[in-house]
Amino acid sequence: MNYQFKWSVLWSGQSGSWLLQGVITTLEISALAWVLAAALGIVSGALRTVPFRPLRAVGTFYVEFFRNVPLLVWMFFWYFGVPPLLPRAAQDWIFNHGAEFWAGMFALGVYHGARMSEVIRAGILAIPRTQFEAAVAMGLTTFQAYRLVIVPIALRLIVPPATNESLNLLKNSSVALTISVAELTFQTRQIETYTAKAVEALTAGTLIYLILCVGIAAVMARVERRFAIPGLIARGG
Amino acid sequence: MLDFGVISANFKFLIVQGLFGLGGFAGGTLRLAIPAIVLGFVLGIFIGLARLTPSRLISVLATLYVEFFRGVPLVMVIFWIWFIIPQILRLPIPEYGVALTAFVVFEAAYFGEIVRAGIQSVPRGQVEAATAVGLTRAQTMRFVVLPQAIRNMVPALVTQMIVLFKDTSLASIIGYVDLTKAAQIVNNREIKPFELYLFIAVVYFIFTYSMSRFARRFERRLTPA
Repeated sequence: MNYQFKWSVLWSGQSGSWLLQGVITTLEISALAWVLAAALGIVSGALRTVPFRPLRAVGTFYVEFFRNVPLLVWMFFWYFGVPPLLPRAAQDWIFNHGAEFWAGMFALGVYHGARMSEVIRAGILAIPRTQFEAAVAMGLTTFQAYRLVIVPIALRLIVPPATNESLNLLKNSSVALTISVAELTFQTRQIETYTAKAVEALTAGTLIYLILCVGIAAVMARVERRFAIPGLIARGG
Repeated sequence: MLDFGVISANFKFLIVQGLFGLGGFAGGTLRLAIPAIVLGFVLGIFIGLARLTPSRLISVLATLYVEFFRGVPLVMVIFWIWFIIPQILRLPIPEYGVALTAFVVFEAAYFGEIVRAGIQSVPRGQVEAATAVGLTRAQTMRFVVLPQAIRNMVPALVTQMIVLFKDTSLASIIGYVDLTKAAQIVNNREIKPFELYLFIAVVYFIFTYSMSRFARRFERRLTPA
């Protein structure tokens, strides 16, 4: 193996600004998709616990269908498959406004919403039924019991799995390079194409992902400790 | 207008080649997924065991391996293998080899964590009893701990198999002709993206959903009443 290392390609020329743009795009698409995923996850997670069968079926269908199909297929579906079915004017508008970013964001959000739904449902189911009964016995309405008792406990319970899922979302945003969203992996490939220095470019991209993931995990571990309910969550070492 | 005739016209290419990789084709989702699952699990057993060995060096190395691959996107790992392996071996590697290596190396980190959790779920007294009746460390692992641990791991293992099965679609990025790539190829000719991508979504769903149903039934049967 006689590979000539030349690390300076990472800070000479445009590489630095490409990496920075890549990180920003990765964070943007992940943040927007995360909001969508959380919203869909909460709604569908709640739908799956209501005492009305058709609504439960809608929630279950959404979760099972969207999380059981590869994200890449959803990216292609939302980017290539759906726009041609829209009216001409809507198509023109979408393709003039960064269609790949929005299709990628939507695919990522809808896919992870289905996975987030499972996390949220598990969190709600993990709360002993007696908590709800005690809240009602004290005179709270069902809505108040959910708002003041069930949801605050569930949110604290799901911090570790939700963090895990959020990191999966961040890492999966790399799949958006297939529909040419200029996120971090895309920019890494671009540097490699322009400089023919694969190892340097890939090392830079890999380290940035690792720093993002480890950083977020560390922050969330502090959040978890800060909001842990004594006696309810077994504190790991 | 929607035209699902494109599916039946290209059914053989999509399913026989794209999904199964049969009949002298170089491709196929299942031809990649099945060896990747088996080899990834085998490597994962070693990594899971390595994390639990008393040797500090080995367990730290195994932990670093797991944490590294769990902190990096699979797409990145595929690109790494794509560039590195030909550099090291100094010969071109077919997409199949690149994709298989990437999946095994990447998924072994996740399988390793499942194996570790499974082994740690076996009560300590089992090991002590096995040692007391005179089994060596390796025998204890093989005859007492692993059989029970594997049973505890089944639900998480099946979930990870489903994840890996879905992840094989990413092999299409480097040009491997799996189900996703086959749909892309047909689409380039026929321009029916909605029908084609919806069709392969349903095919993937049939496989993954039946795997998860099977896991749930299996789980119920194993749980002592």
